[in-house]
Formats: sequence, C-alpha cells, structure tokens
Amino acid sequence: MARYLLIRLGLTLLTFWLIVTVVFFLMRLAPGGPFDGERRLPPEVETNLRAAYNLDQSLPRQYIDYLAMLGRGDLGPSFRQKDFSVNELVATGLPVSLTIGGLALLIATTVGIAVGLKAGLAPNTRTDTWLMGLTNIGIALPTIIVAPLLVLIFGVALGWLPTGGLGSFNHYILPPIALAMPFTAAIARLTRGSVVETLSEGHLQTARAKGLPESLIIRRHILPIALLPVVSYLGPAAAALLTGSVVIEQVFELPGIGRYLVQGALNRDYTLVMGVVVVYAALILLFNLLVDLAYVRMDPRIRLQT
Amino acid sequence: MIRSRLTRVLFDTRLARACSLILITIVLLAWLGPVFSSWEYDQIDWDALESPPSLQHWFGTDFIGRDLFVRSMLGARVSLGIALIATLVSVLVGIPWGAVAGYLGGRTDQLMMRIVDVLYALPFILIVILLVVIFGRNPYLLFMALGAIFWLDIARIVRGQTLRLREQPFIGAARILGVATPAIIWRHVVPNVLGPALVYATLTIPGVILAESFISFLGLGIQEPNTSWGVLIADGTQTMESSPWTLIFPGTLLAMTIWCTNMLGDRLRDQLDATGAGYTRTSSTRTHMRT
Repeated sequence: MARYLLIRLGLTLLTFWLIVTVVFFLMRLAPGGPFDGERRLPPEVETNLRAAYNLDQSLPRQYIDYLAMLGRGDLGPSFRQKDFSVNELVATGLPVSLTIGGLALLIATTVGIAVGLKAGLAPNTRTDTWLMGLTNIGIALPTIIVAPLLVLIFGVALGWLPTGGLGSFNHYILPPIALAMPFTAAIARLTRGSVVETLSEGHLQTARAKGLPESLIIRRHILPIALLPVVSYLGPAAAALLTGSVVIEQVFELPGIGRYLVQGALNRDYTLVMGVVVVYAALILLFNLLVDLAYVRMDPRIRLQT
Repeated sequence: MIRSRLTRVLFDTRLARACSLILITIVLLAWLGPVFSSWEYDQIDWDALESPPSLQHWFGTDFIGRDLFVRSMLGARVSLGIALIATLVSVLVGIPWGAVAGYLGGRTDQLMMRIVDVLYALPFILIVILLVVIFGRNPYLLFMALGAIFWLDIARIVRGQTLRLREQPFIGAARILGVATPAIIWRHVVPNVLGPALVYATLTIPGVILAESFISFLGLGIQEPNTSWGVLIADGTQTMESSPWTLIFPGTLLAMTIWCTNMLGDRLRDQLDATGAGYTRTSSTRTHMRT
C-alpha cells in the first residue's frame, strides 16, 4: 500500500508539473502581452514595467524564476490588477468557489443517489420511467439556462430568494442547486444503472434467503457495490463542479475565482491565469487521488497496480 | 440492412420518432428559416423594441428591436455548424490516434494513451481558456480547436476496437503478405472501426453544442452581430426580467436539441452494444462534464 501511495503521489506531482509547464509556455506563445492597452505606452514606461514584472528576462529564465516562486508558495503579482498579488486575489475568491462547489457536490451526491436508488430498486415501473425522464431533462438543460431560469422564477417572479451576490444563508441556495442539477441527474442515472445490475447478482439471493430485512440488504449488499461507478465519477465531477462555477459566478454575480480565469485570459494577465490554473490543477489532482484511494478501499477485488 | 436498422433506431418508438422529427425540423429551420421571415438578423425594428411574440415577430424582439426568430435560426445555423465541424475534427484526429495506438501496441500505445489520460484529466474550462488565449477571438479557429479536444473519447473507443481487430485472421494474413503497417491500418483497421466511431461521434454533437454555448455565454466565442444559441441565451439572461421570451426561446431550442441528440445517440449506442461491438463508456451522461 505504501509503495502504491508513493508511486501515485509521484505521478500526481509529475502531472502537476506538466500542467504548469504547458500552461506557462502556451500563455507566452500567444500573441499580445499584458501591457497592450487601448493606448500605447511610452517605450521607457513599458521597459520599466517589463523589468518590474520580470518580463525582460529570457523565457527559460522567467520559467525557472516562476517555478522557484511557486516553490515558495508565491503566485506573483497580478499584471493588471495593480497593488494586488495573485495570492490575495485567490485568497478572496477561492472560499466562495469552494463553498458553492462543495454545496453543489453535496446536493448532487445525496439527491442523485437517493433518486437512482429509488428508481433502480423498482426497474421499469412507472416511478422509474418518470424519474429517469426527469434526469434526461436535467442533463439536457445546461447551467447557462438553468441558472437564469432559477433567478427568474425564485428571485424575480416569486421574490423568495436573492438574485445574486453574497451575504445571508439565502444567497447560498440557488447557485449550488443550479450548479448541481446536471450532476445530480448523471449520478442518479449511474446509480440506477448499477443498482439494477447488482440486483441480479447471486449474493443478493443468499442475503434474501437468509431472511435479512430489506433495508439491511440495501445498505450492506447493494449500495457498496452499486456505488463504485458513482465514486469513480466523483473525481472528475468534483473538478468539474469547481471549475464549472464560472457560469454560476457570472449569473449570480459571485466573487469567485472563475471570473479571474476569464478576465485574466482576455487581459493576458499571465500570473493571474497561471495562479488560477495552479490552484485548479492542484485541487483536481487531489480529488482524483482521493477517489482512487477510496475506490481501492471500497472494492477488495481491485488489485493495486500502477 | 444497415439502413433499415438505422431507420429502426431513429423512428421505431414514439419518443424516438418525436426526437427525430424535432431535430429534422430544427435543422431545416436553421437552413431555410431566415427565408420565411421578412426580417434580417441585424435589422432593427424601431417600432418594436423589446416586444413580445406577435404575428410580425414570431419569437418577439430583443432589447434593440432585432427579430428573435431570425436570430434564433441564425444561431441554430452557427451552433449546429460548429458542432458538425468540431465533431468532424474529433473523428479525423481520434480514429488515426486510436487505430495507431491499438495496432502498434507496446510502448507507443502506452505513451499515446497516457497523453489521452492527462488531457482527459484537465478540466474543460482550462483548455478553453488556453485556446482563447492562443487563438484570440477568432471563433472558427477556436471551434476547430474545440474539436481537437473531443477526440479523446473517440480515440479510446477506436483503440479498444483495434485491439480486438488486431487478433483477427485477416489482419494476420495481410501482415504475412507483407502489407506495410500504415496500409494495414488505413485499409483494414480504419474501415472496420468506422461504424462504432461514428456512433460515438453522434454523442459528441450535443457535447460540442453545449461547449459552444458555454464559451459564447462567457463572451469568449461568437461575437456580435453574428450570433449563436449561447450568445442569444447570454443576451436573454441580461434582459430576462423585462422580456423573458429572449431567454425562453433560444433556451428551449438548445435544450430540445441536446435532449434529442442525447436520446438518439444513446439508442444508437445501445444498438451497437447489442450487436456485440461492446465498449460502453461514453454516454450522454457525460455530456455535461464538457462544460
């Protein structure tokens, strides 16, 4: 197990370095620079700016400097948001993104598994057909439609909930629901599929023959096996929930880190984009690692190999 | 025979028939729609600023008085066009990649599929942002590049199929006859994996449509006065409080298209699996991950 962990950790770090490197050079290859404004800057000002932000060095030199900086946990100064370091920007935005994403993940897993179980335990009944029809709609409705619709219905027409911004508890209801919708539907479908598959397995008949109560059978003999595909889905889903909040942040006017990515890319704010990418990549790799480990724990049939 | 099977998948249940008809209608409207309307997509009707649906303007008008029906149809044309282009690119990249990896096997295979794995692990938005940075706001290049992301699924499926094909006698015969490896891949492997690859490509279409709408929604894709469903929905979001129809019409069109293509794509895939081609991995359940 320790060996497996070490190798996995090493691969994760390698991937992380690869992502940082690729993004660093791609950003620099792109035409345009952070100081191309509406107005051309006087040459001497631009020279000074470039020196101040370490852009006058050769590219490999800048790359090494960036890695060294990263090693110290410093994401550098923002090129366009003067007076702010990327660390500060991330520190204000990340908690918002994480809260919304985390709540959405919670909703997606609990509601998704419950719905999938309900449908899967009674396959091809009317309940099943209806629930699965609903999930189909959930998957087909993208967040860019769901989020504004929710605002329109609950914020504008009914006036029950705030239409955007941060503040009270009520501000944290609509955004996670909108974000979670397609994921809830997907988890419900996955759960339903694997529950139906598990129902036909032999060990269930044994459990039934022993006269175990149905609730115990569900908890001990169906769910652990049926949830495996859901667990492997959760890694990429957690990552997608976190990054997918870009749209949610825009619709609900939330100060998360997603908007930095969009702004930063348009303004060629190298350090800001790099900073957000670094944070995202770290979180995603972490999620994937956790999911892999959970997977190994849950299914004894999986042998450790790399 | 293949044709009759396809017809069955697309038309045999009431739901499938409804979906096929809806899609055909949307495609026809995207193609011919603007002909039926007397308005131009960038023409402003000063007498009907932000007016609700009426006989003159079937879908109403937007906040500067442009006819929403014509704009929705133009949006359909752009969104569907992009979906087709990107899907084509994904097939053109994915099939050779998967076939070469699967046929050569060994280290080459390991390396090629490892690249696919890494790309798979990257969140979509990061890739999109990078592409936007590189290609600027040239939407066509951007969406060609988008196709270059969607090849991952196809490459995996084609590789899986190729692994099975490689052991078939006719491939062995070709090898013994001294046919060069590229020729074997091109003449014997590719034609045999085309069917499954194309079926999975149909599941790429809704993914690309969603991705395009997402990018355009963020203001990074198609630019005014040209339009797409994503742009229309973004505009509609801005004005939905005073004129909800600006959100509802393009939103419904987009959702219906996604729903129907997902439905038919899943049916095609089930049909393929039933014939023993196997390898169920992609499905509409994953479409939303690409946004």
